Amino acid sequence: MISYIAKRLGTGIVLALLVTFITFLLLSTSFQDVARTILGPSATDQTTAALMTAKGWDRPVLVQYGDWLFSALRGDFGTSVYTSLPVAPSVIQRLLVTLSIIVPALILTAVISTLLGVWAATRGGAVDRVAQGISLIGYVVPGLLLAIGLVVIFAVQLKWLPATGYTPLADDPAAWIRSITIPVIVLTIGGVANMAAQVRGRMIDELRRDYVRTLRTRGISTTSIVIRHALRNAGSPALTVMSLEFIQMFGAALIIENVFALPGYGSFAFNASLQGDIPVILGITAFGVILVTVVNLATDLVNGWLNPKARQH
Amino acid sequence: MTRRIEPVTKAVSAPSTESIATVQAAEVAASRTPIWKKLLRDPQAVITVSILVIVFALGVLTPLIALHGPNESDLSMVNAPPGTPGYPLGADESGRDIFSRLLHSINTAAIAALIGTGVALVVGIIAGLIGGYFGRVTRASTEWIFSLIMTFPGLLLLIILMPVTGGDYRATMLIFGVLLAPGIYRIVRNLVLGVKNELYVDAARVSGVGTLRILGRHVLTVVRGPIIIAAAFMVGSTIAVQSGLAFLGVGSLEVPSFGAMISSGFRNLYIAPTQFLWPSLLLGLITASLVLLGNSLRDAFEGSRPKPSKVGAGQHVAERAEDTVLVGADALLAVRGLRIAYPTPSGDLNEVVKGVDLEITRGEVLGLVGESGSGKSQTAFATLGVLPNEAVVTAGSILFEGRELIGLSDAAMRPLRGKEIAYIPQEPMSNLDPSYRVGAQLVEGVRAALPVSKKEAKERVLALLERCGINEPARTFDSYPHQISGGMAQRVLIAGAVASRPKLLIADEPTTALDVTVQAEILDLLRDLQTELGMAVLIVTHNFGVVADLCDRIAVMQQGRIVESGTAAEIFRAPEHEYTKALLGAILDEAAYRTDPPVAPAPEGAIA
Repeated sequence: MISYIAKRLGTGIVLALLVTFITFLLLSTSFQDVARTILGPSATDQTTAALMTAKGWDRPVLVQYGDWLFSALRGDFGTSVYTSLPVAPSVIQRLLVTLSIIVPALILTAVISTLLGVWAATRGGAVDRVAQGISLIGYVVPGLLLAIGLVVIFAVQLKWLPATGYTPLADDPAAWIRSITIPVIVLTIGGVANMAAQVRGRMIDELRRDYVRTLRTRGISTTSIVIRHALRNAGSPALTVMSLEFIQMFGAALIIENVFALPGYGSFAFNASLQGDIPVILGITAFGVILVTVVNLATDLVNGWLNPKARQH
Repeated sequence: MTRRIEPVTKAVSAPSTESIATVQAAEVAASRTPIWKKLLRDPQAVITVSILVIVFALGVLTPLIALHGPNESDLSMVNAPPGTPGYPLGADESGRDIFSRLLHSINTAAIAALIGTGVALVVGIIAGLIGGYFGRVTRASTEWIFSLIMTFPGLLLLIILMPVTGGDYRATMLIFGVLLAPGIYRIVRNLVLGVKNELYVDAARVSGVGTLRILGRHVLTVVRGPIIIAAAFMVGSTIAVQSGLAFLGVGSLEVPSFGAMISSGFRNLYIAPTQFLWPSLLLGLITASLVLLGNSLRDAFEGSRPKPSKVGAGQHVAERAEDTVLVGADALLAVRGLRIAYPTPSGDLNEVVKGVDLEITRGEVLGLVGESGSGKSQTAFATLGVLPNEAVVTAGSILFEGRELIGLSDAAMRPLRGKEIAYIPQEPMSNLDPSYRVGAQLVEGVRAALPVSKKEAKERVLALLERCGINEPARTFDSYPHQISGGMAQRVLIAGAVASRPKLLIADEPTTALDVTVQAEILDLLRDLQTELGMAVLIVTHNFGVVADLCDRIAVMQQGRIVESGTAAEIFRAPEHEYTKALLGAILDEAAYRTDPPVAPAPEGAIA
């Protein structure tokens, strides 16, 4: 088990290094433009070159990346080119806003999808068609449209919920819940569309397996066969889909945040990119990778617990 | 009983009738109807294709239809309502014609989809062919790179790389295409791996066809279907992502797109609510059509998927006349006129068991012999009440101790299972739940059948494992199924079956999947257990060697009917039916007589 964790952790570290390096490499092609943007309309070739030297952007890419990496490993992600604020705290603050809509959405997605998927796979017939219909609606309607539609209905027409804005959990829990309700619903509908179909498919496959028949011949109850045996075996592949779902939700959240004017990761990344705030962009990338690594590791750990064969690899 | 026949045929696992029936159904479904004909018959496909063709044709015809340029603004027309002359859908906050902008946006979406999907297909297919066709090292490295791509949120990357792409939607979609490539890569790689080892590619290789031509001709025809399906979904997601990015404001404001229009309409929601409606409707229509078309394509290429049915509903029984004759009610098990059918894709029922009569008295061993697909396993499953969901019992009766089993619900069957009637499957490994330790599975079975504590159940299971010839019962008890051998697994399953001292044991090809040496040991174990427990055994097999070893009586089955039955001695001495003679002839020609003493006599020890 320990070597299993070590291996997964190693993969995560490689991923982090590779993604930050590639981003760095790609961004390095635009350093000159960024310098010009910072200087504004008065930029000349001389002042641009001077700024490049001052920022150290004229050094070889590998040297710059190494520099950045060593500071980052000590927890120093630099300061914003524009605001001079340290990168790490502002990135974390924005990340928490985004996570505060993703995490509830993910939990809801897992619970609803499992119930809906198992229900469809074990009841069949009309129940199955209803569940499939729910999935299809979630698939067919783009999240962006769903978000705007819900805002129009619940915020503009009915005025039940705020259309935009974010209240931190610590300030006012009730207001926090109201501010995340519609975004969470939008993400959950998209997530359930995908996950419920996955759970349903895996459950149908598992319930047709030989061992299920053999367990039935021993007089074991239907509940135990469905929950303890089939669902547990279906859980491992479904969990892998779930971790990909998290990544997808993270992307979707970037757009959804914008609809609701939530001060999350998306708008932060967008502004930093627009301004060419290189240290902030790198910080955003690094924390994004760390998050993905943590999620993947957690997935692998639960997978190892669910699926005894996985522990060996 | 003195003559022992050792089967020499190497463990050929005979597919059960069930899988044969499924395969046949699949073949009928995937019959050679051309894909386009299937699609033409599917209204969902016809409608979605029509919508997409019309929408994109409008895009192509934009220069002819559009009344204004996409960025041509007229300040006197700001927020003009729908129906204004020259502005059929009104004008936006900058006085630009919404109708014309919609048409231009179709083209932007089309270009985004072409670039994104195109790049994904080219990169994914090439990498998939390389990863699937060439050796392990190449595969491992492509695999690794593509799983890395999948683990990073693509949209975030597209935003972060704005300084590089300049926000140009074409450059952005180029990168997005690379991010979509892993999906295609997986599909192609898996199919190539499957096809690669198939005979026709080997044959092509032997006949001197070059590697590239093999890839081109054989593999690409196989991967075509799944790729077309995936492409439909990818076109939808590229359009959605492009709109999302444009909504955020990534890219030039000059480029008309659904996202930019929705964004401007959204800002104007309180002033002119319909502005937001038009681009949303069109975008929704396009993406919905693509998803639904993808689903239709999937059905057309892959046939319909297995449908779920109610778990624990009991076996399906067709409406039938009450013809139960209580003949043989004194037998332990009496099967009368049993008919089992499976629905075909056309909706008719295809009978696989066509009126079977069987009788087993207490303590008797009956061999049900026949080739694969003769309906033996179906008969056995029906007795246990575990026929596959699709199966229908169309006629007949199964009496167990005089009680009718046909038509019993799953709940009513449950007390009988394990305790009265038990089952040993054919393939040991797939019949153990891979996620639970062997011992836990057996304990659960014992406790389902008998009112014993967990501790008692465990002791009983340990004793049984030892009785079934397992040397280290405690270790096996704590092992996962993948940690034990096939022979061990079969002993475990036998222990599980006899744990509650059933009156009838149904063994479905219990030795077929095992090595020859293990087969003899398992048969010895079965014989000893049968004598010890005095239980009746119905042994289903295609192998007369097994029958000769164990059975008192034999019933020979062919194409869903019993063609001959009698005592083992009679059948061996004077087989009457041609089919029986043929089966017997097959083993007498091939089988070797066993000369060595019986292997590993089972250790003594009564069952707890």
